[in-house]
Amino acid sequence: MALAVGCRARPGKGRDNKTGSWRVFKPIFDHNLCSKCGTCQVICPEGCIAEDAEGFFDPDYAYCKGCGMCAEECPKKAIEMKQEEK
Amino acid sequence: MADKSCELFDCGHRACGGCGAALAARLMLKAAGTNCIVVSSTGCMEVFSTPYPETAWKVPWIHSLFENASAVASGIEASLKKQGRKEKVIVMAGDGATFDIGMLCISGAFERGHDFTYICYDNEAYMNTGIQRSGATPYDASTTTSPAGSQSFGNKRPKKDMPQILAAHGAPYVATASVAYPNDMIQKVEKAINTVGPTYVQLHAPCCTGWGFEGDQTIAIAKLAIETGLWVNYEMVDGQVTKVKKVVRKPVEEYLKTQKRFRHLFKPKRQDAEIAAIQAIADKNAAKYGIDIKLKKE
Amino acid sequence: MLGITEGSMAVAEAVRLCRPQVVSAYPITPQTHIVEALAEMVANGKLDADYITVESEFSALSACIGASAAGSRAYSATTSQGLALMYEVCFNVAGMRLPIVMTIANRAMGAPLSIWNDQQDSISLRDSGWMQFYAEDNQEATDLHYIAYKVAENSNVLLPAMVCFDGFILSHTYEPVDMLSQEDADRYLPKFAPKERLDAADPISFGMYATPEYYLEFRYETDKALKDAKSAIKAAGAEFGKMFGRDYSALVEGYHTDDAETVIVAMGSLCGTVKDTIDEMRAEGKKVGLLKIRVFRPFPSEDVAAALKKAKRVAVLDKNISLGAKGATALEVKDALYGSSIPMYDYIIGLGGRDVRKKDIREAVALAEQGKGGQYIGLRKEVL
Repeated sequence: MALAVGCRARPGKGRDNKTGSWRVFKPIFDHNLCSKCGTCQVICPEGCIAEDAEGFFDPDYAYCKGCGMCAEECPKKAIEMKQEEK
Repeated sequence: MADKSCELFDCGHRACGGCGAALAARLMLKAAGTNCIVVSSTGCMEVFSTPYPETAWKVPWIHSLFENASAVASGIEASLKKQGRKEKVIVMAGDGATFDIGMLCISGAFERGHDFTYICYDNEAYMNTGIQRSGATPYDASTTTSPAGSQSFGNKRPKKDMPQILAAHGAPYVATASVAYPNDMIQKVEKAINTVGPTYVQLHAPCCTGWGFEGDQTIAIAKLAIETGLWVNYEMVDGQVTKVKKVVRKPVEEYLKTQKRFRHLFKPKRQDAEIAAIQAIADKNAAKYGIDIKLKKE
Repeated sequence: MLGITEGSMAVAEAVRLCRPQVVSAYPITPQTHIVEALAEMVANGKLDADYITVESEFSALSACIGASAAGSRAYSATTSQGLALMYEVCFNVAGMRLPIVMTIANRAMGAPLSIWNDQQDSISLRDSGWMQFYAEDNQEATDLHYIAYKVAENSNVLLPAMVCFDGFILSHTYEPVDMLSQEDADRYLPKFAPKERLDAADPISFGMYATPEYYLEFRYETDKALKDAKSAIKAAGAEFGKMFGRDYSALVEGYHTDDAETVIVAMGSLCGTVKDTIDEMRAEGKKVGLLKIRVFRPFPSEDVAAALKKAKRVAVLDKNISLGAKGATALEVKDALYGSSIPMYDYIIGLGGRDVRKKDIREAVALAEQGKGGQYIGLRKEVL
């Protein structure tokens, strides 16, 4: 890739950085408890939580940093932070 | 109305896990939509989002220097006007860039009345350079340049009142918001963007690394700031306060004890006089903005 | 069209003919007449630009960054303290490869405060990555603005340019200047159409940061672009000559250098005085010549070396001093002469608006003939 004149870039390359590797704790989403409120998706600083066809939510583990905000804010306590096996 | 399902702040950025500012960027872009141009100052957000060749911004974005975002935005606004283009110009800058080094440019841009929106993500210190004190650092917060020690209780000065300063410049819309209430934040940012003239939104964006708390507590702590009256969510239209978030107030201690930057107020010894001084700040805010919900007495 | 006009007015008119879309202006002596004239043009509909009365020079250039990145031809003007206040922004503009053109009405740097002319201000920014043109007279000052925009906006260049002309000496002096017509200016300088701009239709991030893995390469590329700009400058100057009869294809210009024993090297309005002195000295039989440097950045080392090849000695006149060392031109010329046996003598002259007279030029030549360099011409020892 040629050096961009003026140190510029179009979007896209940022996704090459898989921040999921930062995780110590992993959020596990229990759809049985989920009320589909969408709070987790709104407050994730990575924006990596997506809604599926049924209206449940799951994180993209390639990018999830395991910060735990979703687990903390879920009104149904449907998300549990578990230490990740490496 | 912006498409809220669209993520315009890409994954893969290098913010700390639990970063309030990263959340603020995502939410701001939900309010702005694709038809905008964002100007960032040097700071955490700029650094964690654009290490060449990676960028998290899916809208046109420019970073120039630390203190000149408002001047750059003024030039963009002028250019778009001459070209007949309709993109909205939005500045996204930290508190250091806004309250301190950027005062010259922000004052000039607001005085000239450019049609742009200035959003300050306020994490209450110069975080990117290692947690140094800014004009937004609250009273008694310990930072690396206002550290608590045997001769000091931390930052000696109260927060500069930027919203009032900019309202005094004639800004038609000024608001404070918080990551604690994302929908409220999005609404206020939308309103600011759709108001003609220079508008200002100051977002409370707690910083787990700088304030000393676990990354999962960002929203909880932001809520406590509001519930104790140390942060007030309000709107000002043409200089008049129009809407205030009311709370059943909690004592400031409940907020202070959650963060390492205030730990010196409790350990090794409880500093009642200092805690009382901070309570007085909260009480003053409460009186000024009328945030207390009056509970009915039987 | 030929007319007698004040230098500032001629520059303002040239800027108007370049059709900038955004002008940002902060007043500072002796640039004020330029920005005032532009404001009047906007107020009377003669210039279709957005004129931003910024709150400082720092903001003036910063606003130009925004405007240029968004796709507008942008312009500002400043001098001395104002340029110094823009220091940080200047490096930023060049690194971001934005083709902004700025007039510098050269003025001394304080302290001590001085509103009068020397070239310290722009010279002190020679590291910044901006092209630097120095005008001998108001005709050159005017013409160099069209050329500056044309070269700056060349997609192989994309670097900003300073057009420098001596404050008061040129800016406030009336001289005959031939102005282009709007049709001619439009023929020479097409509309600004950058390949990349801030645009919601094609989102790009401008001004990202570079880790040690990339920074060196970015600087290499910018340095290369500035050095390669020599050919773009020559081509644009030649095209100007073909279209309008005044050739600017040379980065340096020799005056009686072919058989000169002593060659004076100088920049800016000083050259006019030097030429008059040379005419007198030639009539007396002295073989003196002048090498005028019109483009200081990128520095035309090869052209300077070639022009000075046959000289017996070189006398460099600097209207600036890198305190603790030498004048900037002397340092560059000495570098260009490296390897040759031609002696070079350096002189500091005309600082802070000290008037330069023909006898001062003669003094420099005499000192050079005696092999004495490293002197301040006209130093008033009685005041020390």
